[in-house]
Amino acid sequence: MSEADSTVQSYTLRLELVDEPGELLRSLQPIAEKGGNLLSIFHERGNVTPRGYIPVVVDVEATPDRFEKIVDALSRTNVNVIQAGTERYSQELTVLLSGHLINTDFSNTLSRIQETRSATVTDISISAPQGSTEISSARIRMATQSGSKNEVLAAIREVAEEKDLRLVEPLVTGGHA
Amino acid sequence: MNVGVVGAGDVGSAVVELAEAYGHAVTGFADSRSAVVDADGIDVASALSTKRTEGTVGSGDPEAVLDAEYDVLVEATPTTLGDAEPGFSHVRTALERDRHVVLANKGPIAERYGDVRELEAESAGSVRFEATVGGAIPVISTIEGFGTSRVDSLHGVLNGTANFVLSRMSAEGLDYEHVLAEAQDLGVAEADPTFDVDGTDTALKGVIVANLLFDGEYSIEDASVDGIQALPGTLLELAREDGQTIRLLAEVRNGSVRVSPRLVPVESPVAPTGTHNAVQLDIENAGQMNLSGRGAGGVETASAVLTDIGRLSGKQTKR
Repeated sequence: MSEADSTVQSYTLRLELVDEPGELLRSLQPIAEKGGNLLSIFHERGNVTPRGYIPVVVDVEATPDRFEKIVDALSRTNVNVIQAGTERYSQELTVLLSGHLINTDFSNTLSRIQETRSATVTDISISAPQGSTEISSARIRMATQSGSKNEVLAAIREVAEEKDLRLVEPLVTGGHA
Repeated sequence: MNVGVVGAGDVGSAVVELAEAYGHAVTGFADSRSAVVDADGIDVASALSTKRTEGTVGSGDPEAVLDAEYDVLVEATPTTLGDAEPGFSHVRTALERDRHVVLANKGPIAERYGDVRELEAESAGSVRFEATVGGAIPVISTIEGFGTSRVDSLHGVLNGTANFVLSRMSAEGLDYEHVLAEAQDLGVAEADPTFDVDGTDTALKGVIVANLLFDGEYSIEDASVDGIQALPGTLLELAREDGQTIRLLAEVRNGSVRVSPRLVPVESPVAPTGTHNAVQLDIENAGQMNLSGRGAGGVETASAVLTDIGRLSGKQTKR
């Protein structure tokens, strides 16, 4: 472990929680379990996102590698991590995919998106009315670092082409995508 | 103005029918097999009724209209790709005679823009083509009004048939094939809707806009085109759950033309419902400008043709 990695720093986490009892507690558990020191919690109950999530801002103290473990643990739960420390996942990006999603290893498809390091998958919805061996469709919501939408879309395009999936991209307007 | 009309489909017929109300006389009218010509103005009612009953507009040679007495030739024959014939030759003949041309046919201006502009430069006549993009919506004149170099980009829905199919699929949760058959029954989609659903028609309109914005010689070969054929209904359902929908969009920006089904918010100005078209322009200093309305239909498209003729009559021919 390098010296820098043992220095405790403070980080800001921006999360989005499902509006259900116990969600806040559940989202804080990984922080305690992975050795983070909770400094403050700002729970914006009155400020629901368009999709019905509740934004929460958490300040936490941890060493950089512990902080990374906290973010990893949070990502495995139902919690949407919008911003972690200086990594700002500020822009939302949603795409649709259809085709033989399951047969072409959907989890690999998602990993390939995450591998761009500019996007984190925050929400997935799959519709497979004819069962997993037939054509199915998926909506994938991601948080992307600002300015990286085109890079992330290019990566998704590549995976879609390779796996013969139909991709419906969002309209990205303006020169600062 | 004296107007010659080539093409007796929905648009050509509506131009002939409405010309008088706009202060113009029709001196020639031709379909692919026949023509009627009269320097004092043809009998419009009789020509249209002959078209309905006999399938022809008169007894003359269709070529006769090209040599007839007119100030403006309206080219409203079906759009063809590649050499854009016979439309292109009609444009050439009129310009070589120093007459104006108003196009409803997309072929010449989408596929042979450079050739058309070259002929125009040599002619005392001018070429206008408002009706080729967005039907009744003044897309072309808005772009020209602000100046083509001040319009950075355009995106939006430019095909009513594809838009009808997508909005019905979204609203009713129906399959593509089902909605397409329904559209054909309603006359919204043609018996062969290939060019509407595979994106070709939208792409031609995008190419026309690109020719204006980037002053280039774009053709359909330069566009990236993806259609909506057999789009699964589940995709529209997933979009709707997220407050979004899917529209077949043309995007003309940064020197490129792209047509593809795209995810857009339901309340987006470029997500019209039914057969409507809607575009958004990005204009220097003016910002985003939305235009929407009826993008097809004989009378609607004829209104754009007649508006073009009005603009031409405002200025004298150069001869």
